[in-house]
Amino acid sequence: MLSCKDITHLLSESQDRKLAVSERLRLEMHLAMCTGCKNFKGQMAFLRKACRRYTQANGGQDKE
Amino acid sequence: MKPVEHQIIDNEFLAEIRRDMLKFASLQLRDESLAEDVVQEALMGALANAKEFAGRSAVKTWVFAILRNKIVDQIRLQSRTINVSALSPEEDSLDQSFESLFETNARWTPGARPTNWGDPEEALRQQRFWDVFDACLKHLPENTALVFMMREFLEFETTEICRELSITTSNCNVILHRARNALRKCLEGSWFATGERPC
Repeated sequence: MLSCKDITHLLSESQDRKLAVSERLRLEMHLAMCTGCKNFKGQMAFLRKACRRYTQANGGQDKE
Repeated sequence: MKPVEHQIIDNEFLAEIRRDMLKFASLQLRDESLAEDVVQEALMGALANAKEFAGRSAVKTWVFAILRNKIVDQIRLQSRTINVSALSPEEDSLDQSFESLFETNARWTPGARPTNWGDPEEALRQQRFWDVFDACLKHLPENTALVFMMREFLEFETTEICRELSITTSNCNVILHRARNALRKCLEGSWFATGERPC
């Protein structure tokens, strides 16, 4: 059983590599019952989105 | 020299693009004068070819592509003298504050449980959010910021980061996790706690 702390590492790594099936299963099981980690996952996705937007504003499409 | 070039690249546009480039470069390099040099080089290189571009946004994309390459070159130069795997006092204190979010059984303490940030677009639309985001990025310790920005802004794969900076994959993962957690804590405290988040 993975702890919340382990889950934060797994969620961070999922931004950088494809997780193994066994990792994904354990992750999903934990997320199904843990709101804190589910929100952490949302926050990681938010960060990625913000960074993409930031890069776009600096040299991607110009908002004009 | 066709007149259209002069319309595309007037002084106002140059000043604006230069300001954005400087902000971007100093965030990554953490050194104003180095950032100035890199921006200057990128601008000179890019503007020599600017007539080939159809509009301002194409020029901006081109100039920033060159700037990114210059930043990467600079990071490569620096990587010979910096030791990214060494833990600075600031990084150590980030790790300690991360540990303090958990009970002894490694579950979130009630006060530290991450909250729901709602619809991202809501925040991303607001200029004030980007000011907070900038401030949070600047707050990251130097090496933590370097690895994070290589990953997220220069869009390196982690294997490439490891190679460029001579660190192990697990070290790279630890640093990215540290950066992401520090950023999300900073945003949670400085934006989402006070911002107009719907419930």
